[in-house]
Amino acid sequence: MAATTGKTRPNITQNEKLLFELSTPGKRGYQLPPMDVPEADPAETLGAGNVRDEIRDFPEVSEVEVIRHFTRLSTWNYGIDLGLFPLGSCTMKYNPRVNETVARTEGLAWAHPYQPESLSQGAMEIVATLECMLGEIFGMDAVTLQPAAGAHGEFTGIMMVREYLASKGNPRKKVLAPDSAHGTNPATAIIAGYEVANIRSNERGMIDLESLAAAIDEDVAALMVTNPNTVGVFEQDIAKICGMLHGKGAQVYMDGANMNALVGIARPGDFGIDVMHSNLHKTFSTPHGGGGPGAGAVGVRSHLEPFLPAPRVKLADGRWTWDYARPQSIGRVRAFYGNFGVLVRALAYILAHGGEGLKKATVDALLTANYVRARLEKRFKIAYDAPSMHECVFSDTLQEARGVRTGDVAKRLIDYGFHPYTVSFPLIVHGSMMIEPTETEPKQELDAFCDAMLAIADEIESNPEIVLNAPHNTRTPRVDEVRAARKPKVRWQRE
Amino acid sequence: MAALRYLPNSDQDRAEMLAACGLASLEQLYSHLPAEALIERPLVLKPGISEYEIVDYFKRRGAECGAGYASFLGAGVYRHYRPVMCDVVVSRGEFLTSYTPYQAEMAQGTLTTIFEFQTMVSQLTGMEVANASMYDGSTAVPEAALMAMRITGRDRCLVARTVHPEYREVLHTQARNARVHVETFGYDTRTGQIGLAELERLIDARTACVIVQSPNFFGSIEDLKAVADLAHKHGALLVDVFTEAVALGLLAPPECADIVVGELQSFAISPSYGGPYAGIIATKEKFIRQIPGRLVGETVDAGGNRAFCLTLSTREQHIRREKATSNICTNQALIALMATVFMSVYGKAGLRELAMQNHSKARYLADGLDRRFTAPFFNEFVVRAKSPEAVNKALLEKKIVGGLALGRFYPELEDSMLLCATEMSAKAAMDTVKEALS
Ligand SMILES: Cc1ncc(COP(=O)(O)O)c(C=O)c1O
Repeated sequence: MAATTGKTRPNITQNEKLLFELSTPGKRGYQLPPMDVPEADPAETLGAGNVRDEIRDFPEVSEVEVIRHFTRLSTWNYGIDLGLFPLGSCTMKYNPRVNETVARTEGLAWAHPYQPESLSQGAMEIVATLECMLGEIFGMDAVTLQPAAGAHGEFTGIMMVREYLASKGNPRKKVLAPDSAHGTNPATAIIAGYEVANIRSNERGMIDLESLAAAIDEDVAALMVTNPNTVGVFEQDIAKICGMLHGKGAQVYMDGANMNALVGIARPGDFGIDVMHSNLHKTFSTPHGGGGPGAGAVGVRSHLEPFLPAPRVKLADGRWTWDYARPQSIGRVRAFYGNFGVLVRALAYILAHGGEGLKKATVDALLTANYVRARLEKRFKIAYDAPSMHECVFSDTLQEARGVRTGDVAKRLIDYGFHPYTVSFPLIVHGSMMIEPTETEPKQELDAFCDAMLAIADEIESNPEIVLNAPHNTRTPRVDEVRAARKPKVRWQRE
Repeated sequence: MAALRYLPNSDQDRAEMLAACGLASLEQLYSHLPAEALIERPLVLKPGISEYEIVDYFKRRGAECGAGYASFLGAGVYRHYRPVMCDVVVSRGEFLTSYTPYQAEMAQGTLTTIFEFQTMVSQLTGMEVANASMYDGSTAVPEAALMAMRITGRDRCLVARTVHPEYREVLHTQARNARVHVETFGYDTRTGQIGLAELERLIDARTACVIVQSPNFFGSIEDLKAVADLAHKHGALLVDVFTEAVALGLLAPPECADIVVGELQSFAISPSYGGPYAGIIATKEKFIRQIPGRLVGETVDAGGNRAFCLTLSTREQHIRREKATSNICTNQALIALMATVFMSVYGKAGLRELAMQNHSKARYLADGLDRRFTAPFFNEFVVRAKSPEAVNKALLEKKIVGGLALGRFYPELEDSMLLCATEMSAKAAMDTVKEALS
């Protein structure tokens, strides 16, 4: 096969041992200043039994080795800074670097959560400002920023539903979730103490109203709905769906992982949602960092406001203060006030765009997804015949006929220099290929990606082996995941 | 308009893409939405601003937050020096802008660093398995409780009042699901350690776990061995919590615990008004299938070379849905990387020396003060002060943030404050605090 594609050429990367293997006794990468107080004798002050021996096999490396180690490892990675990252449902958009700078602002980065409120006004104002802006974007009456990620926001929201319903006499037993839902939705319902009932999707990828109607009874506490849903389609009947649940005294929770399709265009609060989360590490561009940190802002309509996690930031006599006197609150979901540093970045993102800019970004996100769909849909089967929002979801049925599955196409994309799309989710799509380009991809990069997908479609016709055995050009060929799980080795140990 | 700097396409590009979609206008991209869902008006937000204005805005907010004060606050968040290397590494775009390493062939960098993280957390805690991180220390506590319930098939969790009060609040929120039963037991008012006798009265055959913190919220080091023996005698697990990771450089590791959870904020993670931090959960090999969250495991690639990948995902929500061990998905990967770099920079000798400095400074600070409790402490301790508020107010005038007044969490300790010293506490500032308290 050609070693060069439009975007890639083979290049040298360096091997690197683990820190523990680089380590030799006596090396060090630190130097502490001399102490200005006498050194304690721990055997005496702590008691010999409380003092540890040396930390066996803990690394001993020099400063040069530390920087080389992590720099070499970084070259084995891929990130948005290197190119398109079309992971559907994950909204891998550009992470503005200024946001990293402002999160490290001296007074903010060193603010202790228990320092006096008089010395925390700037930080509190950031929290209050972001709550207020997100409320406007979501169409919600109040927002909490305490949850640390989307799934944590789901837990927060469903616990609020539970307390709200309990305050009316009965917390009820079940949470409904469509079969297209993200795995965190059913998992959340369980840890919030509910049973889960799945609702079927119809042939357009939307919630099947008949199955829904049949499932709603007096035991249902809430429906968890993703909108646009996980096949990238807006739930056309959303207002009606909310009405159906409200009619039976149940609540509607919206998983807002796909808010990037809606900001400035449609507001969940306006179409009937009671409570929702938004992953600030998706829509509001805070970096994913290889799997976190995130933040899960939760918005609610006014009837749920008393149940929000405590404390709440509020203005009293012109000063920001934390309000702990919240008798109906579900309590804390996290120590302190949330992933503040992530909130700073999200606020910086919103400030940069302003209202009009946010809407423009949304429209561009819809445009890039629809453009990719238009370029690919002759060769890949679109999963549902419904308009795509910010992502387009294909099924691998055409490729499967030649023995190639979504996971193989994904690995072959790596050879072309792209991170794969989301593989095998949602579960309702046979061999799902979920593509979300986001608004921060230039047309040239989108074209290179589409060209790669189409070239792979050709390869599948002419030479499926090359796809089945991909990747070929990476420093690491296919990784044996089955073997890893058979006898798990999750730490390094001296032989 | 300023925000356009993040949108790379020109109007020409947009026109070409629209044409390829067979659309006549951008509005057609969303005109299929039901009318009741569409918002008719622009969002009420100010116009976008430039990079310079953004930096300025946050500088002004930061200036309102007491930069330049010395501080003796601990209580779960500690001021430690942050080696420059930590920010250098996490600022590399290959780490910063990557996703969860599901595609192992393209994410060996992240996967390798997580494997190293898991290894170092295991070495520090004396456990055999550590996951890739939890949101923070506080949320790791209910995860440990749920894990203990799955392992033992029991539903009662006994938590010490000396566990961080906000961590306990998070546990109580979890208990509102009506499946977890949490009860609290008190402390010995002389030593500041848990009340073992009270625990002995409470523990029974329904008890899934006993949750203690060491050093505890008062700074007192617990006798973990005694608690472990008692818990195990009743078939319950011991969950040990820590908030000050630097203590692990000097104190005996909690090897007798079954599950260790804690907070790595002390490892180069700035206080940042409460987050983002990195929680850990670690346990024994035999409980590996009950641990929540992501795990990285070693394997080989098609060329026979060592490689790493996410493993045992059948515990996780994306595979197991309602049967998952937890709903956690996104964790704190980049923050865990920061801690990994910190551990590499300090290494075996450095972590001990750092811990020794913390302990020595705290001993100096405590010397001559009216300590409330007698148990040994690492770098935090409780002192009596007629009015903690008055002491703190006087210190604030000298640009020093004093200790945490404990009445807020422990009404019976209204006359006490929690003080913390770290390697960054200068002798001169400590002398000022001592003076204010005597
Ligand atoms: C649709 C959907 N729901 C929920 C989540 C969970 O969010 P988080 O990873 O922030 O916990 C995700 C993200 O992976 C998602 O794509």
